[in-house]
Amino acid sequence: MPSYVITEKCDGCKGQDKTACQYICPNDLMVLDKVKMKAYNQEPNYCWECYCCVKICPQQAMDVRGYADFMPLGAASTPLRGSEDIMWTITFRDGRIKRFKYPTRTTAEGSIKALEGFPEAKAADLANQLLLGEPDIMGVKELPTKK
Amino acid sequence: MREFATEVVETDVLILGGGMAGCGAAVEAAYWAKPLGLKVTLVDKAAIDRSGPVAMGLSAINTYMGMDGKVTENPRMPERFVEYVTNDQCGLTRQDLVYDVARHVDSTVKHFDKWGLPIWKDETGNYRKSGEWQVMISGESYKIVVAEAAKNAMATLGDKGQIIERVMITHLLKDEKEPNRVCGAIGFSVREDKIYVFKAKATIALMGGAVHVFRPRSQAEGFGRSWMPPFVSGSIYALVLQAGGELTQMDVTFVPPRFKDSYGPVGTFFLLFKTPATNGLDGPYVGAYPEELAKWAPYSNAKPCPTALRNYEMILCAKEGKTPYLMHTNRVVDRFKKEITDQKELKKKIREYESEAWEDFLDMTIAGATNWAAHNVDPLEKPMELQLSDTVFIGSHACSVGSWTCGAEDLMPKEYADAFPEQYNLMTTVNGLFTAGCGVGACAHKFSSGSHVQGRIAAKSALKYANDKKAYTPTISDATIGKLKETILKPLAYYEEQNNYTTSPDVNPNYISPHNFLFRLQKIMGEYVGGWETLYGTNDQLLEIALWKLGFCAEDVEKLAAKDLHELMRAWESVHRVYVGEACARTRLARKESRWPGYYYKTDYLKLDEGEKQFINVKYDVDKKEWSVLKRPMIPII
Ligand SMILES: Cc1cc2nc3c(=O)[nH]c(=O)nc-3n(C[C@H](O)[C@H](O)[C@H](O)COP(=O)(O)OP(=O)(O)OC[C@H]3O[C@@H](n4cnc5c(N)ncnc54)[C@H](O)[C@@H]3O)c2cc1C
Ligand code: SF4
Ligand code: SF4
Repeated sequence: MPSYVITEKCDGCKGQDKTACQYICPNDLMVLDKVKMKAYNQEPNYCWECYCCVKICPQQAMDVRGYADFMPLGAASTPLRGSEDIMWTITFRDGRIKRFKYPTRTTAEGSIKALEGFPEAKAADLANQLLLGEPDIMGVKELPTKK
Repeated sequence: MREFATEVVETDVLILGGGMAGCGAAVEAAYWAKPLGLKVTLVDKAAIDRSGPVAMGLSAINTYMGMDGKVTENPRMPERFVEYVTNDQCGLTRQDLVYDVARHVDSTVKHFDKWGLPIWKDETGNYRKSGEWQVMISGESYKIVVAEAAKNAMATLGDKGQIIERVMITHLLKDEKEPNRVCGAIGFSVREDKIYVFKAKATIALMGGAVHVFRPRSQAEGFGRSWMPPFVSGSIYALVLQAGGELTQMDVTFVPPRFKDSYGPVGTFFLLFKTPATNGLDGPYVGAYPEELAKWAPYSNAKPCPTALRNYEMILCAKEGKTPYLMHTNRVVDRFKKEITDQKELKKKIREYESEAWEDFLDMTIAGATNWAAHNVDPLEKPMELQLSDTVFIGSHACSVGSWTCGAEDLMPKEYADAFPEQYNLMTTVNGLFTAGCGVGACAHKFSSGSHVQGRIAAKSALKYANDKKAYTPTISDATIGKLKETILKPLAYYEEQNNYTTSPDVNPNYISPHNFLFRLQKIMGEYVGGWETLYGTNDQLLEIALWKLGFCAEDVEKLAAKDLHELMRAWESVHRVYVGEACARTRLARKESRWPGYYYKTDYLKLDEGEKQFINVKYDVDKKEWSVLKRPMIPII
């Protein structure tokens, strides 16, 4: 189910050195045609339809069309991703529509402080088996070992 | 040929790959590196916000014990997990490694919770389990959350914490004074004309599994819709082999039974919704062949029955012409109607089921949702087909491929110690080279959480190694680096040299494109090594032919041509895949039984043979171009 770019909506991320879709695609599929200032998927048959590009595009210029070799035309799953949830609109081939909303995270974007609140590591502890925050974070008294 | 710049990065600990294991490694490495004053560098060929299979999101954390008892059901201790995994892998597993993952995994999930991953809970705050080991999540942003934590932890190191994206690693560097030691890695930017050389005291290879070694069932435009994302290309396995390391169980690949074509997940439907599935005659296919399965006792008697044996029943069903397999999502609604008399309650229950069923797809396999909609199928009303998909290499799933690695000091049986000259947890048989997640063999069922925590274990161990060897500096000559640079860029140079010979660059008798090369590999693997084309069957003669043909592939690597940086990445992915394919074929040839018949079976040894119950490992000598096969015993710890 390859991604595609709607000509009219794509602004080439305003000619920045990398576009949002190019930045995010895990398979390096999106490229910017610098003459037309429009992005396109350079290898549709390597697309995993992960929607990372669709979700990130600031112009909502990207969508995905079901793989030609097994999906009848006419359906779409359209995401709208906010800062704490994602709303999906599912359009069936016969026109039926369903909407679903799911949470995506419980903290504010950019707020994670992974090491905060834990005592600083000590070189002497490199020799034991305990990882960051263990064993307390697991709610057990000690790390299990083979009896 | 245009000039490529070379950037040399010197670091203490080098993390290759920022997927689940890589992001775990980054957090843990940053924590320990700080007081030691060590530098950590992470490299990925993609952007770690969305890389690896979790790029799309996931709907469940598949490995969780609940040792604190705060789960809706089944709090478990590591012993039970080891028992379960051993049985699922039909008796062959590294129990020490599995135990180590199990005893740490809860800590990683608790971190996820703190970071903001929405984990499903009941009213009292207990994690909602959907089976013995799974907790449900709303995981659309799983990778984003985990990457944010990794980036934040690395940032606390200042300029001693470095993340470099869009660099494809092609080779490991071997120390020129110590033959069995890795001292970094080399690769190229997929965005600009630049080679990156990383020199390190300790290297952790975390580049995930491999798909597209066997041929995917969908072709043409659907080629990329393999169950596993086409961007995992077996780099770890290839690099470990090239470095002289030992791989284990490369025959024990995984064949995921999933919704047909789109590969939507089935776990939640079976475990949480208790959805019935049938064969084409509306009879059950699970449990339909008790006499056949009895041949795999005692494993077939355990509950749950091993994944490979459940798959085998699907294969037997297909052999009898009794497909399709249907997942009756609609019959769950029928069951609710029988069970719930209160109409308001019933409506609520159906609404909940509908939302959760769609979420299961939308969080992790969006194609599954579109496939329902494209066929006008509402899962509340109609069933959809299941299918056994193409064969994949994923050492963190219900599958055992990966490196032979050292276990924890307090867990590893002493019989394994001789393979590891220096004993550090999760170090491979090559000094200075660590791995985790999909990279660790004979240690199945880690999944996303177990891979993350194993990345953390490997990072702490690698930090200890780098700290113990503070005085060490890598020895690698400029001449060697120059040669590697030439090798890496050869497909570009070769294309430039040859492409004008014919009027179309697509067909040229002197070179092969990475895409066509991949097709050749997949055809060999699928038709001779036990792909879906032969319903996962192979035998010694077929494997001998495969190896003969793979030999030509190995030679034709020299003839790969790439027109740009993107195709250069495809070229190296293909080279890595050939190593994986050959390692698999050699291991299958060496194994004279069919222990995991639903993953692959040998028609000349179609039985379980407890006399063959040992690990089969392979090694490769790059200089002599020679493969060797080794056998290692199974030593239980519980
Ligand atoms: C379809 C699918 C569904 C799954 N569902 C679930 C689930 O529901 N629950 C669950 O818990 N687990 C699930 N898993 C398992 C989980 O995704 C894996 O266990 C986990 O991602 C493994 O982590 P890893 O770090 O080993 O590899 P990955 O996460 O694959 O990370 C590998 C990283 O290495 C990078 N890389 C690869 N090659 C190179 C190279 N040559 N140079 C530089 N970088 C490179 C990649 O870009 C990537 O970032 C699923 C897996 C798949 C494939
Ligand atoms: S992210 Fe959207 S707007 Fe930007 S280049 Fe890509 S398609 Fe165009
Ligand atoms: S859907 Fe995924 S694989 Fe396809 S182009 Fe977009 S980001 Fe890349």
